[in-house]
Amino acid sequence: MSATGSPALATDRPRSGISATLSHAASVVAGNPVTGFAFALLLGLVACAAFGPSLVPYDPLASDTSAALQAPSLAHPFGTDQLGRDILSRVVVAARLDLAIAVFSVALVFVAGGLAGIMAGFFGGWTDRIVGRLADTIMAFPLFVLAMGIVAALGNTVGNIVLATAIINFPLYARLARAEAAQRRNAGFVLAARLTGNTDLRIVLTSILPNILPIMMVQMSLTMGYAILNAAGLSFIGLGVRPPTPEWGIMVAEGASFIVSGEWWIALFPGLALMLAVFCFNLIGDGLRDIVDPQRRT
Amino acid sequence: MLRTLLDRLATTLPALAGVVVVSFLLTRVLPGDTAAYFAGPAATPQAIAQIRTELGLDRPLPEQFARYVADLARGDLGRSLTTGQPVTADLGARLPASAELTLFGLVLSLLVAIPLGVAAALRQGSLVDHACRIVATAGVSLPVFFTGLLLVYAFYFVLGWAPAPLGRLDAFASPPPTRTGFFLLDSLIAGDLETFRAALGQIALPGLTLAIFALAPIARITRAAMLAVLAADFVRTARAAGLSSRRVVVTYALRNAMLPVVTTLGMVFSFLLGANVLVEKVFAWPGVGSYAVEALIASDFAPVQGFVLAMALLYTVLNLAIDLAYGLIDPRVRATA
Repeated sequence: MSATGSPALATDRPRSGISATLSHAASVVAGNPVTGFAFALLLGLVACAAFGPSLVPYDPLASDTSAALQAPSLAHPFGTDQLGRDILSRVVVAARLDLAIAVFSVALVFVAGGLAGIMAGFFGGWTDRIVGRLADTIMAFPLFVLAMGIVAALGNTVGNIVLATAIINFPLYARLARAEAAQRRNAGFVLAARLTGNTDLRIVLTSILPNILPIMMVQMSLTMGYAILNAAGLSFIGLGVRPPTPEWGIMVAEGASFIVSGEWWIALFPGLALMLAVFCFNLIGDGLRDIVDPQRRT
Repeated sequence: MLRTLLDRLATTLPALAGVVVVSFLLTRVLPGDTAAYFAGPAATPQAIAQIRTELGLDRPLPEQFARYVADLARGDLGRSLTTGQPVTADLGARLPASAELTLFGLVLSLLVAIPLGVAAALRQGSLVDHACRIVATAGVSLPVFFTGLLLVYAFYFVLGWAPAPLGRLDAFASPPPTRTGFFLLDSLIAGDLETFRAALGQIALPGLTLAIFALAPIARITRAAMLAVLAADFVRTARAAGLSSRRVVVTYALRNAMLPVVTTLGMVFSFLLGANVLVEKVFAWPGVGSYAVEALIASDFAPVQGFVLAMALLYTVLNLAIDLAYGLIDPRVRATA
């Protein structure tokens, strides 16, 4: 069903398929301004991540105790923190690290979980049982708690935050890829590929993978928001990122103690940035799902 | 019923085994020397060597695993460096605080989310439906610690309605005599309305934070499940038979729609047990989550590992309970089990 529902990847007419998908995407974006807005937001985030350090008015690490704890003003639109650092500059520069953690962890689990799932679905048998058992075991933990345990055990570094976030997302990707691959294991085009003498590896890479790629991309966009939230949560409790590195989660944590005395801006702006980024990825995920798989639209 | 219970118990055994293996692995993959970590930063080489022998780290891995399982069976999770107490005792002392908070948040969110989802499904495209959609979208984008801080700012600093976010009771109040460990219930049992009010004031904001967090998935699945059920033939038949719409919705539709909702509760619990850690940190709530966070910051690993294992066991038990609840709601499940 979704094999024919993704015209971009129908192997017989790739060119017209791609342009058809593009025009379909354009019509979806036009018909759903929210998705267009989300893409604009994403561009803004990516710009912050790419050019952040050269865009901002102040050095995000430079402290100026004479200007500590100032409310938002023209000189400091987001105010300053307890060390007099400009919060706007820190929020913008932090986009790079926050997005990098999310992108790397999602890419990692996309490759590992996707491949494991495809193998499980395509070969069945022992491969399926091992992958399934692995996914079940991870799912037996409350996921954020497992991430805490992994970072605590492997060491308190940003790299391990990426790894932990990837591990807790593994079941989601493996199960999705498994279900999609199992559905196509005996599809006509797979049988045809096998009859013409292709190896299993080649069938997986050229027939199965391209077919389930669109649905996996949607999954990536949807889990990106979750990955950002998870990483920020870990750094909020003091794991991974260390001060004075600008990162949204740790900035909210630094601002938390000032909330009770009314200095709301220290925690508010990084928190808003975090929320916006997650919101953006969730909207894009929903929008992408509408493009890839219109039947699942809710 | 006993038969069903035993069957369900048997299906949780593989999950349980997986949890134990993973937590064993987590205790052994500590970077560097595990014994040095457990001995603490100020330990002498002799002390480290002694701890290595004590922990059995000089033995082969399978034997270590056997000892680990044996310790677990005796409820021994090691000793915390910061409190000097056995981890099991520490966790046990702090679990009621976390459980009270989590359950309070869950009940609060069920009370709002289910009527909201049902109303949204009954009046598709109405204001309630849009409200439900906004709640469901915004709820998944809000970092739970951020929601908590916003509530503290609004209700403590600006409005002054809530007490300072410093734990279960303010420093001058004395906790009610322990019966259940839940301050709200204990104060009611003791007939101490003053303490009940104080405890309610303290739990309101963290509970609300958790409730907002859990609202989105529950409201979304209730709406979807109700929509599916309302379109089913038996609902049409019930309506055609002239039953009142209240009876159709509450007795027939809602009971069937509860099945997917109960299934989703498993996922919600997974999220809640994680979110609990963050909320406890924001509100200085003296539960197991803040215990684990304090231990993490002090590089005190036994409590963290004990916490991860305890949460996983709790989660497994909750999932089992959900499975059993499924049987209670749906007689068909009982019949086929």
